Amino acid sequence: MASKTLYSQRDPMLKRDGFEDILEERRNSSDLKYALRCYAPVLYKGVTPCKANMLKNIVLQSDQLRYVINQVSQESGEAPDIIQEEASVILEEMAHRLQISTVRFFAFALSKAFKTLFQHVCVNEEGIQRLQQAIQEHPVVLLPSHRSYMDFLLMSYILYTYDLALPVIAAGMDFMGMKFVGEMLRMSGAFFIRRSFGGDKLYWAVFSEYVKTMLRNGFAPIEFFLEGTRSRTCKSLTPKLGLLNIVIEPFFKGEVFDVNLVPISISYERILEESLYARELLGVPKPKESTSGLLKARRILSEDYGSIHVYFGQPVSVRSLAQGKVNRSTYNLFPRHIPRKPMEETQSFVNDTAYRIVRLQEDNMVLKPWVLMASLLLQNLEGMELSVLTEQTVWLRGLALSYAAFLDWPDHAPTAKVVSSSLALHRGLACVSGGRVSLVVGEPLGPVTPEEALFNRAVSVLSCASYRNQVLHVFLRPAMLAVAMHTAASSKKSEWPGLYNCFSFLWDMFSNDFILCPGDTVQDFEEACYLLVKTGAVQMPQQDIVMTDIGQPTLSFFNGLLEPFLQGYQVVCRYLCEEASEGLTEKQYIPAVRSFAVKLILAGNLRCYEVLSSDMQKNALAALLRMDAVRKVKVADQVTLIVNKMAVNSIDDILGGKLPTQKALLARL
Amino acid sequence: GLFHLSIVVLCPPLTSDSISTVLAAATITMKLTSTVCFPRQEIMKWNGWGYSDSKFLFNKKGQAEFTGKRYRLSGMVLPSLQDWFENTFGASVNHKSPPALNASAVPPASLNEAFVEDLKATGIPFSHEAEDRVFRAHGHCLHEIFALREGKKFERVPDMVVWPNCHSDVVKIVELACKHNVCLIPYGGGTSVTSALECPPEETRCIVSLDTSQMNRILWIDEKNLVAHVEAGIIGQDLERLLNESGYCTGHEPDSMEFSSLGGWVATRASGMKKNVYGNIEDLVIHIKVVTPRGVIEKSCQGPRMSTGPDIHHFILGSEGTLGVVTEVTMKIRPIPEYQKYGSVVFPNFEAGVACLREVAKQRCAPASIRLMDNEQFQFGHALKPQVSSIFTNFVEGLKKFYITKFKGFDPHQLVVATLLFEGDRERVLQHEKQVYDIAATFGGLAAGEDNGQRGYILTFVIAYLRDLGMDYYVVAESFETSVPWDRVLDLCRNVKERINRECKERGVQFQPLTSCRVTQTYDAGACVYFYFAFNYRGLADPVHTYERVEHAAREEILANGGSLSHHHGVGKLRKEWMKESISSLGVGMLQSVKDYVDPDNIFGNRNLL
Repeated sequence: MASKTLYSQRDPMLKRDGFEDILEERRNSSDLKYALRCYAPVLYKGVTPCKANMLKNIVLQSDQLRYVINQVSQESGEAPDIIQEEASVILEEMAHRLQISTVRFFAFALSKAFKTLFQHVCVNEEGIQRLQQAIQEHPVVLLPSHRSYMDFLLMSYILYTYDLALPVIAAGMDFMGMKFVGEMLRMSGAFFIRRSFGGDKLYWAVFSEYVKTMLRNGFAPIEFFLEGTRSRTCKSLTPKLGLLNIVIEPFFKGEVFDVNLVPISISYERILEESLYARELLGVPKPKESTSGLLKARRILSEDYGSIHVYFGQPVSVRSLAQGKVNRSTYNLFPRHIPRKPMEETQSFVNDTAYRIVRLQEDNMVLKPWVLMASLLLQNLEGMELSVLTEQTVWLRGLALSYAAFLDWPDHAPTAKVVSSSLALHRGLACVSGGRVSLVVGEPLGPVTPEEALFNRAVSVLSCASYRNQVLHVFLRPAMLAVAMHTAASSKKSEWPGLYNCFSFLWDMFSNDFILCPGDTVQDFEEACYLLVKTGAVQMPQQDIVMTDIGQPTLSFFNGLLEPFLQGYQVVCRYLCEEASEGLTEKQYIPAVRSFAVKLILAGNLRCYEVLSSDMQKNALAALLRMDAVRKVKVADQVTLIVNKMAVNSIDDILGGKLPTQKALLARL
Repeated sequence: GLFHLSIVVLCPPLTSDSISTVLAAATITMKLTSTVCFPRQEIMKWNGWGYSDSKFLFNKKGQAEFTGKRYRLSGMVLPSLQDWFENTFGASVNHKSPPALNASAVPPASLNEAFVEDLKATGIPFSHEAEDRVFRAHGHCLHEIFALREGKKFERVPDMVVWPNCHSDVVKIVELACKHNVCLIPYGGGTSVTSALECPPEETRCIVSLDTSQMNRILWIDEKNLVAHVEAGIIGQDLERLLNESGYCTGHEPDSMEFSSLGGWVATRASGMKKNVYGNIEDLVIHIKVVTPRGVIEKSCQGPRMSTGPDIHHFILGSEGTLGVVTEVTMKIRPIPEYQKYGSVVFPNFEAGVACLREVAKQRCAPASIRLMDNEQFQFGHALKPQVSSIFTNFVEGLKKFYITKFKGFDPHQLVVATLLFEGDRERVLQHEKQVYDIAATFGGLAAGEDNGQRGYILTFVIAYLRDLGMDYYVVAESFETSVPWDRVLDLCRNVKERINRECKERGVQFQPLTSCRVTQTYDAGACVYFYFAFNYRGLADPVHTYERVEHAAREEILANGGSLSHHHGVGKLRKEWMKESISSLGVGMLQSVKDYVDPDNIFGNRNLL
């Protein structure tokens, strides 16, 4: 159990760098000159850059790859030459062909585009200086957050601007569908990996050796997205470990002295893909990336997307992180070129590292006032008085700041001005009429079925939620404690152990939806207590946690903040208990939950639109699977879900506050 | 001519004042007077390396010179050393660290009277003079020499020193030690660099240093089987000199051979420079006689190889004085080689050099010695070049430098040099030489002459003297070694150097340290790597502590990179903490059970190894 004295180690007042707008210079000087200027970045320990072809040869002739080629050849009976040829084809499909001329083209084109789309592109220059230093000393891995297609072009653009070594970027193969653009991206440093290659040994070997070769030699910083894919919800996604494992392994094997991981937070004031994402989450299939699709996106160019903030975090040394956690000498008794599954110790280290990096990304995400307004609007879907919204936004700003949110609130501007300009920028989402602010619901042409109306409203809600989601990481821990207190109040228990159990249940339940570092439950609980006490929302006399008189607005805001998640998960539970048929397959699950929820909403029994989001549905299922309330069984080609109704039912009850946590835990046993 | 010259370099003192001669003289005196003082300290430094008459100093003109007459560098002026020294360490010849000469702070001897009485009866000479005791209380670790120079008090030194003259003397001493529960610490050449000679401070019994220097005879030579039976106290250079008189050699030439003893080699698993031809100590010994508290261990015959269970020699080899005293060794000898030739190859960078050594090892054509110095050591070697006498030599040197750096495009800050020593009959040496140079050429290696090769080996003998010079000017230095599989050599070297640099920075060392390494031995499956590490300690409160932390970190880095705990220095007390990790706790248990059986009362209580 947590001791009262051990509060969070995290500094609530993180020191952060200031920003410089890199577009300012672009607006005052020639883009062409800028694109053609001398570009001479300093590389790792002064290595000379490696030509793409030479790199391929090094990879194809590596001991690592030769070993796997022989292995595959023996297993399949094919001649090694043929496998070698296959490897060469894979590499051809994968490899980048970074060319400075293409980068210059993008530098020119993006300058034009950025100036039209955005007011500012802000970068913390101190972070750039740290990065420059790091690149010279150690192999560097750039780990940006991923919210938009723009991310990696933006990254390369910034590095070019500051005369830093251009990264090579791991990109999903789906880009390859766009022939011309795909090749352009390849020439600006992207290399392409298939989305899934599960058991394909050869593919894995080519891929991992390709990445490691670049890393070991320090030819270029490696860039990839820990989250694996763009977050459609603007919440950080739980990290994927494949590539991180690959870039960390050379350190464990002693092939490099250290590897520096650089978390980078890219915050968009308005995301280009905003409503696209909402539709996708609601089940309109994602349009296949195609060049013509991208061209259609040209109309986007006529809109104002506010500012972008890019924050280069402190480089994280893998060596320092691994100190005392991984014993490198366990790698001594096995040839280093033979692929091996990482040891448990290593796996948990990599997992932990991945979560810490994503949290560092979250910490340095810049939040705009609109994010606070969206959080309030979502708790008042029927709309609210502009004056009330303004007042509450100011209140929420204070709360956010005392929780160390990285809030970009305009200096010296009157609050009313801040609120109105936020509303203006997001006029597609919210409107003011008669002094009331409410969500905009897209006006469809022609007659509308109730389902269509519901769908339109859901798009607004999910779009709005994607802004609220940006602030969740700031409030998450105290908010979970607030929910736990709320639940406990109904069961008349406010003592530590009960509260902690409830908190820990929610922590576990939501660990697919939010970034909660494995094993940090106690620490997070302490942080939650610390923050709530700090802002005077609760007091902690002895064994109790008690709400104070002034704590009510805070706690009720927090309850409202997590309400959609609690409700959403409950809907999923109810569906599984009440409606799910025997042979429910994994494929059927999402549409089935969706139509179940639609029915409830239409019948007036549910007001939560967020449960329609496939993201929440997937996360809820993942949580239930993790808690063994649902099992996956493979029958023929289909994966079927086997529901333990009693367990799911009791989880539903706890989420609804009907059952204390301990009883429910017993029920699971 | 060249051959004789090189012998002079390798076996420096051919004059009559070699150590054992002096010691033998003392023995005669002793027999007459029986007040004993065996004056090693009369010809050797008491607070530094080697002979008292040989040392580096900066003369009044600020130029470095090496004093004495023993070495090829002796009496020469080394014009580039000062620049190198000042540039490498940020040190200045004007900042001299004052040597404190208060060495007499020696704890009083606590004698076991009964033991002393019984010992007197045997007639074996002994002493409890402070000088004799302090001299045998340490090896040559940095912290030991530093303490001596600073006049710091040793916590514990031997209470007396005893000089057995032969195997049966040792048997008597060990029996008496068991009878009176006295702690024995065998002392050979005193060149340990693992704190192995340090007296355990917690030892409450009387500690007796058993100095083997009087057991220094070759008892017989068997030319039919090419073996010699030798007393274990003999010093390396004396053994070679005496065997040479009969036309033989052992070929075992560890860098410490001027001062280290045969028994010490056995007790630490020593390795010689020319092991490629002659083998390491474990390959050279045919028979070992050891006196332990349980009695004498020896085998029944001198069969060249036996399948009689685990080889009991291997309990002795590397036992570091924890089981008993090695008294006599039968060891292989070889006829002196007809011809010897040095050589050197310059490579564009360390990677190419290592690749070449690996190939040489693969083809199993390594010369008697092949060593690869990194760029830092190459530059250091240059700094030790004596003043050139004629303009012409200088001109030729200049041309060579021009050819290598400009014409061949070698970067003087990248290039490395391998030094070679070939031995055998003339024709074969020349053939062998060609083979090695041909391999080197495929790795971009360029033959760089005999002289450079020879200079490399001189460096080996004088580098320990240089540490004393460094300490005069606020520079501390030490070396350590490891063995590592071929595929990890480069990674290990790079990571260890980087770790040292980083640790120094973190621990407040104000100047860039010197980290340098060389590959000194090649094997089928790996290599021995030797590191030098030095830094300017001005501004540090406790330089020795800082140094020790950095070395500790460096050792951890070595282990994490697949290197061994030691290739030939041994474990002593310095590296004990890693034994479990290195050989598993079961392995430590096996060794412990041998110790418990052979020496149940811990008479050999130096507490090394386990």
